[in-house]
Amino acid sequence: MSDIIKHYPPKPQKVYFYATCLVDVFYPDTGLAGIRLLEREGVEVVFPQGQSCCGQPAYTSGLNEQARTVAVTQLDLFPEDWPIVMPSGSCAGMLRKHYPRLFAGTPHEMQAEKVAARTWELTDFLLHVCRIRLQDQGEPVRVAIHTSCSGRREAGIAEVGPALLRQLADVELVEQARPAECCGFGGTFAVRHPEISAAMVADKAAALVDSGADQFVSTDCGCLMNIDGFADKQQLPVRGQHIVNFLWQRSKGGVA
Amino acid sequence: MTAREAILQRLYQGREQQGGLDVPVSNFAVLERPHWNHADKRQRFEQAMRSVHTEIHSVSRDNWCTVLQQLATEKGLHNLWVSPDTCHGKELTQHWQLTQTPLLQHCPPLAEWKDELFNQVNAALTGCRGAIAETGSLILWPTTAEPRVISLVPPVHFVLLDGNQLYSTLHQAMHQQGWADTGMPTNALLISGPSKTADIEQTLAYGVHGPKELIVLVLE
Amino acid sequence: MNPATDAVREFTPRARTALDNPAVRNNFRKAMDGLMDKRQAAFADWDLEALRELGAAVRLRALSRLPELLVQLEHNLQARGIQVHWAETGEQACQIVHDICQRRNARSVIKGKSMVSEEMDLNAFLARSGIEALESDLGEYIIQLAGEAPSHIIMPAIHKNTDEISELMHQQTGTRRSHDVDYLTASARSQLREKFMRADVGLSGVNFAIAATGTLCLVENEGNGRLTTTVPDCHIAVTGIEKVVENLEDIAPLLALLTRSATGQHITTYVNMISAPRQPDEKDGPEEVHLVLVDSGRSAIYQDRELLDTLRCIRCGACMNHCPVYTRIGGHAYGTTYPGPIGKILMPHLLGLESAHILPTASTLCGACEEVCPVKIPIPQLLQRLRTEAMDGDPQRPAHMDGHGSKRNWREMLLWHGWTLFNSRPWAYRLGTALAARFRRWTPARLGTWTRYRSAPRPAPQSLQQQLRQCRHKES
Repeated sequence: MSDIIKHYPPKPQKVYFYATCLVDVFYPDTGLAGIRLLEREGVEVVFPQGQSCCGQPAYTSGLNEQARTVAVTQLDLFPEDWPIVMPSGSCAGMLRKHYPRLFAGTPHEMQAEKVAARTWELTDFLLHVCRIRLQDQGEPVRVAIHTSCSGRREAGIAEVGPALLRQLADVELVEQARPAECCGFGGTFAVRHPEISAAMVADKAAALVDSGADQFVSTDCGCLMNIDGFADKQQLPVRGQHIVNFLWQRSKGGVA
Repeated sequence: MTAREAILQRLYQGREQQGGLDVPVSNFAVLERPHWNHADKRQRFEQAMRSVHTEIHSVSRDNWCTVLQQLATEKGLHNLWVSPDTCHGKELTQHWQLTQTPLLQHCPPLAEWKDELFNQVNAALTGCRGAIAETGSLILWPTTAEPRVISLVPPVHFVLLDGNQLYSTLHQAMHQQGWADTGMPTNALLISGPSKTADIEQTLAYGVHGPKELIVLVLE
Repeated sequence: MNPATDAVREFTPRARTALDNPAVRNNFRKAMDGLMDKRQAAFADWDLEALRELGAAVRLRALSRLPELLVQLEHNLQARGIQVHWAETGEQACQIVHDICQRRNARSVIKGKSMVSEEMDLNAFLARSGIEALESDLGEYIIQLAGEAPSHIIMPAIHKNTDEISELMHQQTGTRRSHDVDYLTASARSQLREKFMRADVGLSGVNFAIAATGTLCLVENEGNGRLTTTVPDCHIAVTGIEKVVENLEDIAPLLALLTRSATGQHITTYVNMISAPRQPDEKDGPEEVHLVLVDSGRSAIYQDRELLDTLRCIRCGACMNHCPVYTRIGGHAYGTTYPGPIGKILMPHLLGLESAHILPTASTLCGACEEVCPVKIPIPQLLQRLRTEAMDGDPQRPAHMDGHGSKRNWREMLLWHGWTLFNSRPWAYRLGTALAARFRRWTPARLGTWTRYRSAPRPAPQSLQQQLRQCRHKES
């Protein structure tokens, strides 16, 4: 059970969509699917131009100065008091949990705390704020979900993905072995400690294959790039996509 | 400057440097088991002890010596040590009839009988100061009459427990027996089963360096 | 050079070796899975969050009063006849133990388990003076036979399976080869019996030192700890200065947390509380009892509010049991006294960042350790802090650890300056992502170590921002 206490806002008229750099460059369809899911719930989505990276790679490398230089430009993108929705447990966690820490004792402290307090991971927002109800338009399929560690432990969304998948009548949710174990991405960890990272992703991919799932979904593009990239190279039978893509496809009855 | 002075000075300095340490309130309520009645406590105590291979027998004031002699016979004990200076020791001495299991009653300083203790004493009986239900633990404070080694070295250890002295938790036992107020003895023990280890591929094995068998006689 | 700092520098090759060793992988996976399950079962009927809050509160209260409690502890121990010594370094502590042994003409020391004594490398120090230090805890005994260091702080021989132990005992002590764990255990019992009887000095660690009552609290399952602290005429206990707690009742929640977190036991076979040496009317117990309080870098950690949370640790090992990195590389790969997550946040202080800066990076910050820590140490936050110290990465919060900035290098900083520029200037970001999309087919198939195991990620034909800008143009 998560001991993260969240006070969800009432369903707003407008939200900011903060896509994350991985979505922007590598998985834009995830961003589009996310925006469409929100709009279909009657929420107006505002996409501030000028968004880049939340600063996490520098932050986890111990470079707070560089992280702040980037993050401070991002803080100014969200001037109105609307929720900031992000299709990533890891980046949402960065804003919610770490921005206050990063900016503590700086002139931007108050602003960072305000931004942190209204940042939400997308599936969490859809389930608990929009109270989304998905109608399954797809064929029967077995799916496993990989929730990122930061999604699980910083953004507190471990139960959200499964809850949304269970709304889909023809989706059978299967659980892989050791579902809460890290996939080995860890941002720069995969580059600094490649063999350990590889051992972790190999085990994660094997668990997904052994689960009997036809495919897997992930809350985070970093984990996705890691696990799916491994599955691709090793030619494994189970491939994955972002959960937001999957939810949009299934409930829309077509390709995003 | 001595090491003591240097270390303490650094710690005092450190506290200034820290800029304040907020200490949360210590709420001990989570330790309490207020809803356990005597039957609950008894049941949990037995379950906990049995799960780690402790033998438990219910006895009465009238029959405990008989039961103990039966157990000694069943186990084929070569001897049994009891203290001549305790009530239960005296009572047992009076009742003891087993010639094949003589009672040992001497208790010199350890140095004088170390070889005999380690190599010849088969079993020992001690009393205890009550027990803890939650963890299946006996409270033993060794005394001059029943020293530390006697509940440790012989491979078989019998303990006589007053069934009314059963506490729910360690926290309760500590408070109700006033350990912090009366002061702690040289040595205070909680014994929760025969000795064991899981150091070989996490496989449980009993009878390592402490007793191999622990038998509790619960006086109702 | 210092062998301790040398060892940690070999982390990467040793990790690689461990990853390629099926025995290590299997032994650790099986062991950690078992320990995780047992811990979970043991806490089933507890309000675990409330219990952990209490554990954290007890430890923080003690740390907030650390100097006073150490003085109170010393006073109360001395009042009952226990002698107290202070050591700034591990070496000093070894010397103190050595001098006590010398004064007593001691030739043999029997040891109960003590991680601090490993930290001090006490056995080697005593051996140089011809004093034999024999481990009596079965796990420590096994690795002493093998000439190895412990690979886990609670179960030192966890990296060995029964076959390996059987072979080792056969080679070193003449037992027959056997899979019968009872036989192997009984053999160890009889081998060590004589040693308990004859040892001149017993040396132990301390799980908790209670200031208010002047009591040393030790937990164990085997009985060797009680034998070590009762039979020899002299007992020396060694402990880090952070192990002190304020009141007797404080050990109730800590014991409840420690044994369940470590091995899933509700309690250890023995809880042994020592408050004095043998009194005139007593028949046994050591005539001399000593406590050696070891600083060895701990007071330096105490200088900083954030870093001192490292000192809350009660050495349960749950963090390493749950760590996906530790499970795969095992304890020896770290090359440090304390492996796993606690090792990663503690060893950089004990060894200096210059040698040990790789340790805090060997983590994905997944947080599994923090989730199970019985005293709620914010391990990922501390790992992050150590990374910042190693890089001198925050001029607004100047680093002060020994060796700070030693990981900072111009090559990596060049990359980060580029990254910062790219992400803090919208024109640069727009240009860069447009180029990445445009030249996506030129993404190298080989991208260093990433592509050794995974296919290279390729930018989409159009970034999300490009697509959205086009939509808006279409609309307007």
